[in-house]
Amino acid sequence: MNNIKSNFKLKQMKKISYSVMALFAAATLFTGCNQQGSANGALSSSAAEKVYVAPGEQDEYYAFLSGGYSGNLTVYGLPSGRMFKEIPVFSQFPTSGYGYSEETKPMLNTSFGFVPWDDLHHPDISQTNGELDGRWIFVNGNNTPRIARVSLSTFETEEIIEIPNSAGNHSSSFITENTEYVIAGTRFSVPVPQRDMPINEYKGNFKGALSFISVAPETGRLDIKFQVLMPGFNYDLSHPGRGASHGWHFFSTYNTEESNSLMEVNASQNDKDFIAAVNWKKIEEYVNNGGGTKMAANYAHNVYNDETHMGTTTMKKEVLTVDPTEVPGAVFFLPTPKSPHGCDVDPSGEYIIGAGKLSADLTVHSFTKMLSAIEGEKFDGEAYGIPILKFEDVMAGVVRSGGLGPLHTEFDGKGNAYTTFFISSEVVKWQLGSWEVIDRKPTYYSVGHLMIPGGNSRKPFGKYVVAMNKITKDRYLPTGPEMEHSAQIYDISGEKMELIYDFPTHGEPHYAAGCPAELLRDNSKKIYRLDENKHPYAVTSPDQARVERSGKEVHIYMSTIRSHFTPDNIEGIKVGDKVYFHITNHEQDFDVPHGFSIIGQNTSELLIMPGQTKTSIWEPKQVGVWPFYCTDFCSALHQEMQGYVRVSPASSSLPLSWSLGE
Amino acid sequence: MKSCIPICACLFSLLLIACGGKEEKKEDGFSVTRTKTEQKSESTAPVTDEVPASKRVILDEKGVGQIKSLTLDPTIDTAMAEAGAAIFKTNCTACHKPYKRFIGPSFDGILERRSPEWIMNMILDPQLMVEQDRCAKDLLVEFNGAAMANQNLTVEQSRSILEYFRTL
Repeated sequence: MNNIKSNFKLKQMKKISYSVMALFAAATLFTGCNQQGSANGALSSSAAEKVYVAPGEQDEYYAFLSGGYSGNLTVYGLPSGRMFKEIPVFSQFPTSGYGYSEETKPMLNTSFGFVPWDDLHHPDISQTNGELDGRWIFVNGNNTPRIARVSLSTFETEEIIEIPNSAGNHSSSFITENTEYVIAGTRFSVPVPQRDMPINEYKGNFKGALSFISVAPETGRLDIKFQVLMPGFNYDLSHPGRGASHGWHFFSTYNTEESNSLMEVNASQNDKDFIAAVNWKKIEEYVNNGGGTKMAANYAHNVYNDETHMGTTTMKKEVLTVDPTEVPGAVFFLPTPKSPHGCDVDPSGEYIIGAGKLSADLTVHSFTKMLSAIEGEKFDGEAYGIPILKFEDVMAGVVRSGGLGPLHTEFDGKGNAYTTFFISSEVVKWQLGSWEVIDRKPTYYSVGHLMIPGGNSRKPFGKYVVAMNKITKDRYLPTGPEMEHSAQIYDISGEKMELIYDFPTHGEPHYAAGCPAELLRDNSKKIYRLDENKHPYAVTSPDQARVERSGKEVHIYMSTIRSHFTPDNIEGIKVGDKVYFHITNHEQDFDVPHGFSIIGQNTSELLIMPGQTKTSIWEPKQVGVWPFYCTDFCSALHQEMQGYVRVSPASSSLPLSWSLGE
Repeated sequence: MKSCIPICACLFSLLLIACGGKEEKKEDGFSVTRTKTEQKSESTAPVTDEVPASKRVILDEKGVGQIKSLTLDPTIDTAMAEAGAAIFKTNCTACHKPYKRFIGPSFDGILERRSPEWIMNMILDPQLMVEQDRCAKDLLVEFNGAAMANQNLTVEQSRSILEYFRTL
């Protein structure tokens, strides 16, 4: 009863009728019966207070959850679990017009043409000295290999680079501790360069490309510095070294069997696969001294410019590749049991955790031991010229968890690690060094990744862990055969974890990244300055608003402010014209976008931010007088924010004219 | 008799459209109604204040905001006024014409009706002014509920606009 009382107290409800209380008690009982052990439920007394963020107050942490097959990145508050924003990255998004407006279409260009979708998996926040710096967040497109950089001051996608020679860009996108590189490894090995060859000649012929994409320190601009062409395994996940191991990067692998069919069975034959340790500093030095081979390639580099408000595509034609056997001492294999999935590095950089997903145990490798083994040349053979270190020589310990199907590990910065177990649906807390299990809590259900803000950096914020579950089952009213996946948040400030809340997520979140809200607050961009607008079709004062014709192309230079378009009456447009609406929002105040839509628009509406210019193409097909209007409720006179375009027959000789209030 | 005209006009225009006619003659179909509304508003509007907010003279009021006191030099600083005209053109002309009522009021003789402080406060934080200043609130009503946009100008920029207003 205590629980219920404090729940209600929280909501400032003084009068509680006994019937309501009885109902609540019954509900508690009922839930208790459904789930083994009701004590972990969100109904326990302090849980609600822990996640409650009162109106007007703000969340302490921001979490960026990948949207998986939605192609988007979603922004949540912690501990409230409220969703703040969905950021389109590898998708077309009518809410903002991203991927539909002329300015943002180039962001989705690839060597395969316009690809308006991808499978977004692993966000990672930029770092300085191994700590989160809150400037950018990087994400990977898994399907048509791409890496994107999203600004954390605007929550807009600023850059997307395609990765050649990659296929299933999964061990990506992970950031080195001074954001020197975004690292992107291929999950599927393929012929490099691509060619027409029999599939069953995979073994020995296919390659796995690990790409090191440099990040310009000031602008964040991406450039593929080099690709390491590894043996044809599957490079599953990866994480950078930090502290002493900075300069190394670790990739888990499976299918060291190099099978090309019935992988479910054939890729699980070997007792051990590998974690590949790559000394990228050594390879960087090698390529800086002229090493590596330039290979012809074709990949898109798309950059969005905040001043021109325009994305542009450059097709790149060359990539520098490195044969790892030509850089002695750069790459080693660490034997790791049972098709390791997660490959996580603790905050000190000493321990590399391999989660053998078909095993019950976790394997922990020691960076120090690895260096000694390399020094002593304690090799257990080699694979395609890459030395294999002896398992016993590099292993620091084994976590005998008692769980099943370990996947991913995060850290709290207090000497503890937290690992998800997919098959046994739980989060297990264990201690680094002693490898002892401290606590375990069930998840509902089938948990994939988990995330502690900063949990994969030198400085984690070990207050909450968010578990992202694949199966939702009974968490929400089961309408339809599928529901939004469920995330769960645990308070990890104490010895034992406490489940405090669960909330639905969009798409399928894989990994997530989080940071204190403080890191974002001061950098937030509220408006784009109109006097800095360099869009070629911008109108910076309403008297520049005009309509120009060039053959069948018509350019409408339009401005908006609460609550009208200038001009709002346009005549002289003809059927068969290609009409460009270039709209500049003249507002200079926070949170006053204007929308634009016109009947029969074959793309989507636009949402134009204060000071921004965006363009929509409209191809009128029918004679008539057609309205356009603002889609974003902008003021008390929003309903009046509308206009008309007169469309005459193709043969008409009516001259162009435009006006406002005449 | 009059109500017959719009109906006829409509029918006529329908005919024209059907025949593929290009130019449609302007017909003020609802002129009767429109006149009525105008008469009505004239008779009912100035119940609370005889003078509409746009015409009101409140030179001793400084408004609400960061500009507390400002003394103008007797001579107009032409360089500053020119800068102000440029800022006005980019940030204000979407809703204001200098000599003609548009979305918002005109500025013809504005300094005979408003103090320099009031003008700058209105430019710098229109939302605060509408919340706390009587005249600003009345202006919002007089101008059809069209809220003035905060254009995020600096004190210096708004000061330039004020100087430009002095030339009007």
